[in-house]
Amino acid sequence: MLRAGCGDGGVRLHPGAWWLWALGLATAASRTTNPLLLGLILAVAGLVVVTCRANTPWAGTYGVFLKFGLLVIGMRVLLHVFLGGVAGPTTLFSLPQLPLPDWAQGIRIGGPVTAEGLVFALYQGLLLATILSCVGAANALANPKRLLRSLPAALYEVSVAVVVALTVAPQLVSSVRSVRKARQLRGDTARGARAIRTMLVPVLEDALERSLVLAASMDSRGYGRTAGISRRDRVLTGTLVLAGLFGFCIGLYGLLSDAYSGWLLLAIGGVLAIAGLRVGARRVPRTRYRPDRWSARAVGVASSGVIGAVVLVFSGDPALSPSTVPLQAPELPVLPALAVFAALAPVLLVRER
Amino acid sequence: MIRFEDVTITYAEQPVLANISVEIPEGELCLVVGRTGSGKSTFLRAINGLVPHFSGGTLAGRVLVDGRDTSRFPPRELADVVGFVGQDPVAGFVADNVEDELAYSMESLGLPGDVMRKRVEETLDLLGLAQLRDRPLATLSGGQQQRVAIGAALTAHPRVLVLDEPTSALDPGAAEDVLAAVQRLVHDLGMTVVIAEHRLERVAQYADRALLLPAGEIGDVGEVLAAAPVAPPVVRLAQVAGWSPVPVSVRDARRHAASLRERLPEPATRNPAVAVPVLAARDVVVKYGDVQAVRGVSFSVGAGERVALMGRNGSGKSSLLWAVQGSGKRTSGTVSAGNTDPKSLKPAERRKTVALVPQQPSDLLYLETVAEECGQADAETGQPAGTCRKLLEGLASVPQDAHPRDLSEGQRLALVLAVMLTGTPDVLLLDEPTRGLDYPAKEALAKVLKNLGSAIVLATHDVEFVAEYATRVVVMAEGDVVADGPAREVVTSSPVFAPQVSKILGPWLTVADVEAAL
Repeated sequence: MLRAGCGDGGVRLHPGAWWLWALGLATAASRTTNPLLLGLILAVAGLVVVTCRANTPWAGTYGVFLKFGLLVIGMRVLLHVFLGGVAGPTTLFSLPQLPLPDWAQGIRIGGPVTAEGLVFALYQGLLLATILSCVGAANALANPKRLLRSLPAALYEVSVAVVVALTVAPQLVSSVRSVRKARQLRGDTARGARAIRTMLVPVLEDALERSLVLAASMDSRGYGRTAGISRRDRVLTGTLVLAGLFGFCIGLYGLLSDAYSGWLLLAIGGVLAIAGLRVGARRVPRTRYRPDRWSARAVGVASSGVIGAVVLVFSGDPALSPSTVPLQAPELPVLPALAVFAALAPVLLVRER
Repeated sequence: MIRFEDVTITYAEQPVLANISVEIPEGELCLVVGRTGSGKSTFLRAINGLVPHFSGGTLAGRVLVDGRDTSRFPPRELADVVGFVGQDPVAGFVADNVEDELAYSMESLGLPGDVMRKRVEETLDLLGLAQLRDRPLATLSGGQQQRVAIGAALTAHPRVLVLDEPTSALDPGAAEDVLAAVQRLVHDLGMTVVIAEHRLERVAQYADRALLLPAGEIGDVGEVLAAAPVAPPVVRLAQVAGWSPVPVSVRDARRHAASLRERLPEPATRNPAVAVPVLAARDVVVKYGDVQAVRGVSFSVGAGERVALMGRNGSGKSSLLWAVQGSGKRTSGTVSAGNTDPKSLKPAERRKTVALVPQQPSDLLYLETVAEECGQADAETGQPAGTCRKLLEGLASVPQDAHPRDLSEGQRLALVLAVMLTGTPDVLLLDEPTRGLDYPAKEALAKVLKNLGSAIVLATHDVEFVAEYATRVVVMAEGDVVADGPAREVVTSSPVFAPQVSKILGPWLTVADVEAAL
């Protein structure tokens, strides 16, 4: 038996709750470069992951995301050192500068490295790393495949395709590993193009064979039964969903580019898409085993993360983006910090149980 | 329940099955037997419509399952009548954890939620999976995975269950669990079950009738097996001793055995000459993270010895072989083969000292024809051209211009053996070589290995093969060696690893020995 995590055990928490919670935190992180606040978000997400994750294979991926975040910070700083960007009065050291022709004006390679620029690059790297850690937290807390299972029934076939694609990647890795090990047994240490060819043939053959077996198995188990759906209905569903999503995307684009005409398209698109999904769902002859439900606790978890996003988006606190030219010590903005603290609520929800 | 009416199945103008007319009544467990390539899998896949809807090819005649003609119903529309479990259950899994996997076919059938919940709970109990309900499928053992695959087919409440080699990859204990579950389905639920299996000694006793392919004769299990080119040792022993009716279970055979035992002399005990060790391993430890796969194993292999390495799935056999060969992980301990540690050698030199044939022999092959593979093997090992080809001809008849993928399991294994033997290794290690081989192919392999001359260590679950081939048996459990000694002593003293002949006649191991003594 697995150790139950937050909301697992008795009632399974809807995976969407965790993803909303994490996306809320990520949105909050995207609105600030204040290292204190970013550190706070990192700590909150980390604490919730450590106390709430279940003992599942995908729970271990959080560490990978953290390491990847460190890599991103390092890359951002290195890029700044070599390519420059923000300049300032405090020069720390100078790299030899590559002379570039006139048409490449504004680009430099090498040259002086300033404390201001370095701090700016660090803040930005930290911002990206924090967003990454939020995604990693969601991934560790809720299986992304379960989230796909909660998609509307009309999109079922698409979600199965995505799930299958998700399982293929790790299988390819293990297949490459076993072929490489076998190749060593043969004493074949070829490198370069020849090695790729000799690896590729068995790996691809293996992948093809596996997918055929999987397809046969799904077919034998009733995947894609069309019993009772007429062709006309399928076309209607498809048209409604596609038109709806199209309108939705254009509306969203319009909104983002600050044209308020976007609202109308967004609304029409949304209605069409939902109608299509509803019509489709009525005609899909399949059901779902123990679907995840939105319990009060799930709503609590989701909203605790969203609070941070809402407060940070609408807060005009100047401390959210501390100045780097001139360098100033960052201050902790009180209200946004409290909003981020709210995202600790899942930990309390566990205690309560 | 299942009716084949003059069925002929053709792929690319080659008939795989010709003029089969069979009827399998409801509630029967039917065993499909035949040599590799005799069309067993094709027959099974025709029952749920995978042939011809999924695989292509043409089907002449009619296949009726529960009154439905498979030519008009594709597999997905037959999912509520036929449950199908393929050879590799892991590759067929769709979900992540046990419960969701069990529910998958019911979701496709559109059953209401409360019915699904009830059936999942019933199936968990029926197959003894209740403890595992939340476990990710990847973390289960082979036997557990097989039972989940069967359970996943059962939840749709099919009237027919089709199993393609359900126990081939399993150790004897896990195979018994799976077969006990299948037997319960037949007895308690009256389900019609069709099984194809190479390891007949495991399943023959549970079957009501047997179907021999490609002839298409169906009849009493004992009679069909006695006439078949493949038969478990108990049937062969009955033929040698002239018992009638032919028994298929050890229990039935024992009733006949009293007179035979009196006629047999004591088996000659051959004290194996003390051999010069060619491979010595001391305190080998292999760790993966926190898991100790091999815990300080010491053993040596003498020249000309044929060692069988046995034990449950996951007992550390493969890890030990890989560690000894030097290509795999070795956390601590020493290995010496001819006074050198194989790990310190370059891979090309290493295979000339200790060669290993892995569980998936096809991983070693990547060229388009058998001839090219042989040429590559000569070039790799610096042997004169034609060495590998000559070796291969001594092992089996394999067409030189065939693609390695198109060979039968036995031919492919022979090719890989020839490739590895081209380097004239002092020690040959084999990981589960008998998977997918039928009895004649296994006999051929045993003969080849006996004539090789180099020391051989072979990891296997196949107790009958061990009886034929091994001079010494090493049993592993949880990473430790728990038994090590002459094959006869180790094998006859263990209820799990005893071959059928020994269960019937005590100290005797193989039919060939008994026949020679009579």
